[in-house]
Amino acid sequence: MAQHLTAEQTPLVADLSQPAPDSRLADVRVGVVTFPGTLDDRDAARAVEIAGGTAVPLWYADTDLQGVDAVILPGGFSYGDYLRAGAIARFAPLMDRIVDAASADGGMPVLGICNGFQVLTEAHLLPGSMIKNERLKFLCRDQGLRVENADTAWTGRFAQGQEIVVPLKNQDGQYVADRRALDELEAEHRVVFRYAGGNPNGSRNDIAGITNARGNVVGLMPHPEHAVEPGFGADLSGSGAVGMREGTDGLDVFVSVLEHLTR
Amino acid sequence: MSETHFNLDTIEHAAATPDTELPWAELGLNETEFERIKEILGRRPTAAELAMYSVMWSEHCSYKSSKVHLRQFGEKVTDEMRRNLMVGIGENAGVTDIGDGWAVTFKIESHNHPSYVEPYQGAATGVGGIVRDIISMGARPVAVMDPLRFGAIDHPDTQRVVHGIVAGVGGYGNSLGLPNIGGEVEFDPCYQGNPLVNALAVGVMRHEDIRLATASGTGNRVVLFGARTGGDGIGGASVLASESFDDSKPSKRPAVQVGDPFAEKVLIECCLELFKSSLVEGIQDLGAAGISCATSELASNGDGGMRVNLDDVLLRDPSLTPGEILMSESQERMMAVVTPEKAAAFEAVMAKWDVEYSWIGEVTDTGRLVIDHHGEVIVDVDPRTVAHDGPVYERPYARPESQDALQEAHFTGSPEDAARPSGAELGPALLELMGSPNLCSKEWVTSQYDRYVQGNTAMAMPDDAGVVRVDERSNLGVALSTDSNGRYTRLDPYRGAQLALAQAYRNVATAGARPVAVSDCLNFGSPEDPDVMWQFAEAVRGLADGCQAIGVPVTGGNVSLYNQTGGVAINPTPVVAMMGVFDDVTRRTPSGWREDGQAVYLLGETAAELDGSEWARLRGHLGGTPPRVDLDRERVLADMLVNMSRDGMIDAAHDVAEGGLGATLAEMALRFGVGARIGLGEVAERDGVDLFTLLFSETQGRAVASVPRSEEVRFRDMCTVRNYPFARIGVVDAESGSLDFQGEFAVGLDELRDAHESTLPRHFG
Repeated sequence: MAQHLTAEQTPLVADLSQPAPDSRLADVRVGVVTFPGTLDDRDAARAVEIAGGTAVPLWYADTDLQGVDAVILPGGFSYGDYLRAGAIARFAPLMDRIVDAASADGGMPVLGICNGFQVLTEAHLLPGSMIKNERLKFLCRDQGLRVENADTAWTGRFAQGQEIVVPLKNQDGQYVADRRALDELEAEHRVVFRYAGGNPNGSRNDIAGITNARGNVVGLMPHPEHAVEPGFGADLSGSGAVGMREGTDGLDVFVSVLEHLTR
Repeated sequence: MSETHFNLDTIEHAAATPDTELPWAELGLNETEFERIKEILGRRPTAAELAMYSVMWSEHCSYKSSKVHLRQFGEKVTDEMRRNLMVGIGENAGVTDIGDGWAVTFKIESHNHPSYVEPYQGAATGVGGIVRDIISMGARPVAVMDPLRFGAIDHPDTQRVVHGIVAGVGGYGNSLGLPNIGGEVEFDPCYQGNPLVNALAVGVMRHEDIRLATASGTGNRVVLFGARTGGDGIGGASVLASESFDDSKPSKRPAVQVGDPFAEKVLIECCLELFKSSLVEGIQDLGAAGISCATSELASNGDGGMRVNLDDVLLRDPSLTPGEILMSESQERMMAVVTPEKAAAFEAVMAKWDVEYSWIGEVTDTGRLVIDHHGEVIVDVDPRTVAHDGPVYERPYARPESQDALQEAHFTGSPEDAARPSGAELGPALLELMGSPNLCSKEWVTSQYDRYVQGNTAMAMPDDAGVVRVDERSNLGVALSTDSNGRYTRLDPYRGAQLALAQAYRNVATAGARPVAVSDCLNFGSPEDPDVMWQFAEAVRGLADGCQAIGVPVTGGNVSLYNQTGGVAINPTPVVAMMGVFDDVTRRTPSGWREDGQAVYLLGETAAELDGSEWARLRGHLGGTPPRVDLDRERVLADMLVNMSRDGMIDAAHDVAEGGLGATLAEMALRFGVGARIGLGEVAERDGVDLFTLLFSETQGRAVASVPRSEEVRFRDMCTVRNYPFARIGVVDAESGSLDFQGEFAVGLDELRDAHESTLPRHFG
């Protein structure tokens, strides 16, 4: 288990002009998909770069994954969420390739954040679905999470049970699934992140993020890519009080996948 | 005349039928204006021409009542102020050079009347409109802000308006991926029938990417792209925005536009791709007055004319008349001028983003704007007469007779009626103030907005200014703050406008940024009322003089008149948006202290200035004269705050404004949940005021800073050298969990937080 770096130890990662500390990580190519209406694509790409990897922009209408080693489906409002969140994006040509790659032998790591998580459930890579927040309003806040499964491709760097803080911002964030699916998720330890310090949206079992049986596909509602850079991150951190917007707990999600792929 | 015949009103037909009755009054024109149009054309206008003139000559589009006053913003600009100004007033938005080859454009606009009629869509399209202004300059939008003003918090209709407007601002802005980094929320009965929804957007670009709204080059093609043209928002600029509300008139709901943020998000990315490949010669967004505005402005800013075929406009509703097509304010549309050689490349970008477009005309050398419909000419005008040569009014104005009596009604308040608490009563008084509708936490509103998206937000609500990074390598960035106080401005419009300016200026400097540019949104009542016109004239004069005094130019903005229902106007509300520049945004100063043992300093002196204050509002009083403004002193203070932040002399700073020193200290403690021990005896004695006055007076030119022990000598030296009054009034106490006014009273932070944060949820759920 890699040791958790504090904000003081990692100030230089924010400086994009510096060479990546580990050149092996820089060889890892992480695709970031842009659908019409995607908003956090550049943020996700920045997070990959800060973690030391190489971000590759992918366009939803293409049919070529450009040889990437992993894929992130970022947050936003693909197609305006006018139908059901993620319902149209799921039919994008590139999604077929992603579903194939995620299901193939190698099990390409795929991360869906917020709208990306919704796309993954619509594509049936993950079970369940998201409905409107319990209070029916968009909610933006720094959210506490407990890491429940540190064995996925995207969470290897965390400690089991570790508490972290990353921003949450959505309108349709209430995770729902039928009783059997929930029991299965719990029994197979496939809940990856659970809300800590209060359930913000009524999600069943306080679920914030889940994985598939192989642990290569992870979806979560909160936004780890918004807690990667000191000065522009969350106002809080799981490791205690930090300076203003110094919370960078989300960075380890991206470092995890780079390490997973270079192991 | 039959409907069909009216629709086919060609210029030939118009010339042959001089006596045909036209609905100029229904379209918002007066008889003199109509006569002037006939004189310009040498005949009666066609129905389509009349439609164009009526919207373009509306108050909203032509600034006909405000123009003579707004001139001062140009006349009072000095060379010093012009130094960083790349594009000034008159374009879609002003552009300021912030260094390293970066330029920033920002603008604030009103969408008041639509937001009352239909709160969600009104507010949403307000955000959409200002964002398109920013894109038209060639910039990538990077943040929005929204100063909002509502009626009384407990009025039943306020529920409808607040929920709709907040959800509309969030629903549209969040879907565009623009962080909302600040704004204001005010409740006052004067806004009951006329809430104010002002929306600000800021965008960034490289110097060479600036685009202007001009149509040049004969033979270049004119294209309309984005959403289709529908029947929404017809007459929005004229009959909705440029008239007072009145129960006797029919519902104006059809004049409100309907927004589609997804279409706008796609349009943003699509335009940025066009700019990147230099595919457009000129570009203009379609906002107020729709195609009428875009064609006439593009043509009159260019060097030739334009010929447009209205049949080529893609319609959502094929039954629209030519006049309606020209006036429609359907959202998410842009118009561009493209050279024939680049047309194919332009079409490829449209195809990539799945954006609909149609080539509707071309640039000509005739100097005329000619519009065809069904093979006939229905418009043939000099575009300048539509876009720029509208009527200009010297509206009569006079200081209202009641103003003297208003200014003599000072806030006195006596201990007996609880209007002037003392001793142990001050604790509950501070709690009451911090829980009042206008000083309570606005988190109920701001938590509905995304402040993280784009990953460049260095500071947002509830700090003094919103801060975004522009350059990811150097951390170059900007700070923005908006401010206005309608109560101050009601008491003294000249001073009130300067107070708004001073506060926005101080906020930006308190955050650590050097103030460089202003955009303003002037919200007033009916210009046909001489009392209101006097308020407007005085406020503009105050603002122009004020900008000259602090050396910061007005780069653009918007005037919103007719903000009244029946005969009662809103408090005059000039909203000032100030932009500041940071060399390094990570040096921004937060508004709350964190480190135990740091010294708490008060900069500036306090006089007995409770007229117009939040405390007076709490006791139902509005009268007297607002706090004095000394802009030379504000300059010194701002300069000190920026230097102290840059040199690491202060860890936190917060300006003293509405609610006085008491509110400032309470907010600083609540920001990070850290208490302090405060002693105000010496300062009260130095300034010759009692503790109540020291806590709640709203004297300007003040700020509170928390100073690391190791920096105290340098901090004091800087104040001494600049001859600025300062006093050490306390120490940060991380253990106490309270704001302890030693020897007087103490307030627990839990109690304070509860009072501060429960107000809006209690009213709005």
